[in-house]
Amino acid sequence: MSSHPRRRRGVLPGFNLALGFTLVYLGAIVLLPLCALVIRSAALTVQQFWDVVTAPRLMASYRLSFGASFIAAAINTVFGLLLAWVLTRYRFPGRRIVDALVDLPFALPTAVAGIALTALYSNNGWIGRYLEPLGIKVAYTPVGVLIALVFIGLPFVVRTVQPVLEDLERELEEAAATLGATPWQVFSRVIFPVLLPALTTGFTLAFARAIGEYGSVIFIAGNMPMVSEITPLIIVTKLEQYDYTGAAAVATVMLLVSFSLILAINALQSWNRRRYTRQD
Amino acid sequence: MESKTLHPAGLTADMTTIELMAEPLRAGGWLVSEAYAPPARRPRTRGAPPLVRRLLIASAVAYFALVVLTPLVAVFYEAFRKGAEFYLASLSEPDALAAVRLTLILALIAVPLNLVFGVAAAWAIAKFEFRGKSLLVSLIDLPFAVSPVIAGLIYVLMFGLQGWLGPWLSAHGIKVIFALPGLALATIFVTVPFVARELIPLMESQGKDEEEAALVLGASGWQTFRRVTLPNIKWGLVYGAILCNARAMGEFGAVSVVSGHIRGETNTMPLQVEILYNEYNFVAAFAVASLLALLALVTLVVKTIVEARTHEVSAR
Amino acid sequence: MKNRIRALLALTAFLTAAAQADVTLLNVSYDPTRELYQEVNAAFARQWQATNKEKVTVRASHGGSGRQARSVIDGLEADVVTLALAYDIDEIAEKAKLLPADWQKRLPNNSAPYTSTIVFLVRKGNPKNVRDWDDLTKPGVSVITPNPKTSGGARWNYLAAWGYALKKFGNDEAKAKGFVASLFRNVPVLDSGARGSTTTFAERGQGDVLVAWENDAFLALKEFGPGKFEIVVPSVSILAEPSVAIVDRVVDKRGTRKVAQAYLDFLYSEEGQDIAGRNFYRPRSQKASAKYAKQFPRVNLFTIDQIFGGWTKAQKTHFADGGVFDQIYQPGK
Repeated sequence: MSSHPRRRRGVLPGFNLALGFTLVYLGAIVLLPLCALVIRSAALTVQQFWDVVTAPRLMASYRLSFGASFIAAAINTVFGLLLAWVLTRYRFPGRRIVDALVDLPFALPTAVAGIALTALYSNNGWIGRYLEPLGIKVAYTPVGVLIALVFIGLPFVVRTVQPVLEDLERELEEAAATLGATPWQVFSRVIFPVLLPALTTGFTLAFARAIGEYGSVIFIAGNMPMVSEITPLIIVTKLEQYDYTGAAAVATVMLLVSFSLILAINALQSWNRRRYTRQD
Repeated sequence: MESKTLHPAGLTADMTTIELMAEPLRAGGWLVSEAYAPPARRPRTRGAPPLVRRLLIASAVAYFALVVLTPLVAVFYEAFRKGAEFYLASLSEPDALAAVRLTLILALIAVPLNLVFGVAAAWAIAKFEFRGKSLLVSLIDLPFAVSPVIAGLIYVLMFGLQGWLGPWLSAHGIKVIFALPGLALATIFVTVPFVARELIPLMESQGKDEEEAALVLGASGWQTFRRVTLPNIKWGLVYGAILCNARAMGEFGAVSVVSGHIRGETNTMPLQVEILYNEYNFVAAFAVASLLALLALVTLVVKTIVEARTHEVSAR
Repeated sequence: MKNRIRALLALTAFLTAAAQADVTLLNVSYDPTRELYQEVNAAFARQWQATNKEKVTVRASHGGSGRQARSVIDGLEADVVTLALAYDIDEIAEKAKLLPADWQKRLPNNSAPYTSTIVFLVRKGNPKNVRDWDDLTKPGVSVITPNPKTSGGARWNYLAAWGYALKKFGNDEAKAKGFVASLFRNVPVLDSGARGSTTTFAERGQGDVLVAWENDAFLALKEFGPGKFEIVVPSVSILAEPSVAIVDRVVDKRGTRKVAQAYLDFLYSEEGQDIAGRNFYRPRSQKASAKYAKQFPRVNLFTIDQIFGGWTKAQKTHFADGGVFDQIYQPGK
């Protein structure tokens, strides 16, 4: 393993240049500024840091940010799978349009999404006015946060599951069906296990994206301390109170979470790739 | 060196079984970015009973309409609430034009830089083995998961007057945050992963046999890259650039922290939307927002075309 | 090809176009002054052109008062700051040393060329019969106000309510806290800025009463059309003094002290005072006050110095992390 790549590295040129450039660019744009953040928060003692990041208002915001992100990602996993399934397996009018527009939440600026969703779900909006008589309040409640996060997370599950579904070997399903399996059994025993890694990746991506989301959420959240205040908003609030160190401390916590999630996604994928090749 | 003697792109004939088997998983790849092929096979009609099928389609489309379509329709509806004349007037207002200009400039800075970075990173990662590769990949992904607010904050801590470099920059009359460079940095930060993430799986799947063959036949490194690699990754590049561009133009949280909000100067389009909204000028706010939504739609159209092209090329 | 070059040139021209002026000033201000300074800036440019034969462009930046002050501290090169409260300018003086600590003494009237106060905006016909601060604490009355941690206007709102409660309960701090706490229990949405709250109340239809800057309440009547809302003036309120100051370090570096000083002086001139009155700010000059007297209802006003002993103290007691406002939102209290 160790001598093999070195031999091959010799053949193609440009490794040093490419890697060097990558590291310098990444270092300057991403790593150095992130270091500034961590160092800034290191101005606090461990005890102070702990007190800042576990203050009751922050704990409530973690519960909301992580809880709503988790539920949103879960909803999107279910409906994302459904959408991906329908898009790859069935033909229906408008399929191509739906297929193209699935990415809209990714391409639409978050602030635009935020004001549009607020306009829709406030109790005089198109959707909100029908929910109001039912006693359901969406805008300016944690449910509003959830709606915004569902919106921005949708593409991730669909787009990770879709290609896998398309490449799924039909022979397997047909074989199972020939052997007398019901469609549901084919799905749950044959298809689902193959989809599981992609579903998990999609879920984690949607989750990771939702935790940090700011633009679309602040318009619809209501921003009540202890109730509908997301963690990124607390960072902004601290900043506006000139509390740079506190803002940096909370940001460091979020950064750690983000990085762990990214590591998890990548580990999941390389594990998955290995598993697949071993089967071969 | 004729590049046509080599396979143009996608699945090469001499692709190993392992690579073929890994193909579907590469798709498990990442993000929206994966250029999947539209189904070439005739969609199957057997399987689930027709009623179930219809139910599935109906619920999927209903969910889609509720989550994605209604906000889009709402943007355009609100933008045209006072008629087309008012709509055009809102867009030709000097501050709105300045915002459009700034947003274009930022995209023109961020997209090419991230294209170069993406190619370099993908070249190193996809074509070579080295220690710490998976960590590097994770670091490239990191800006995707970092809250945009944090992305703005880090540049304030770096370049702000109370930050590391701020006093020095101020003494030398260099403005970074609250000016174009800071906005550009924040935009670049949030769009770092997109091109690289698009190219890495593509170049990995293509392997390096073609490049090696070209080199053996006497092409220089640069020639090999231009004549062999570049044509192979062309559509991946376009695709990455589109995603990068969409995100660059639409970023709100990060630029909001470093903008300074000077009218007609440091307000990007998303910030202009917020400003108009705060001036009770809702129709104008939605008008600018509709431009951004339009951009998103154009992005998706181009993306669909590119996908079709990618598929065509790889099916050949 | 020719067309392409032409298109490219047009694009370049579009991208590099920028208004070139002889002198520029940057006025970093807070949210509700957008309309005021739009008018002031144009009038000042006319006056400067007439007297000094020089073109001056005043650039404006608006946002939450705290956010704006933070930007100046971080290096946004503001020649003048016109913020919602003196505390935010104090912070600029203290944290970044961009102007002397005694800045407030440099201009007349505590460096506040115009004043305002806090009033209520209710829906047409006042269905919940809101008359005074007491009504905001009643169950079933939904109150919209921004977050005092981020919005300058919201701090004035909060302090106005607190001042009323102190008067009512004979300076009993604990009872005042209970009063303000029950008021905030009626708040369903805390926007980060005053403008956000007005939008939430007026456009999104949330809440029965909006606690707002007087000038913003008048503007809302104008912008959202008459006959939709009514202004209710409480029995007592706070005298809000939005302060203005020159940022010394910036004007000295950019060589704009003279024009910046003239700009602030213009605010105190009869023309500037008239513009303030027209934009629903209470002018200081006798002439303008008399002219707009009918517009502004009489309110018993107390100052922040009388009740709270100045901004620094009020900020520390009420709005700092762990302060009274945070305690109100602490669970179980």
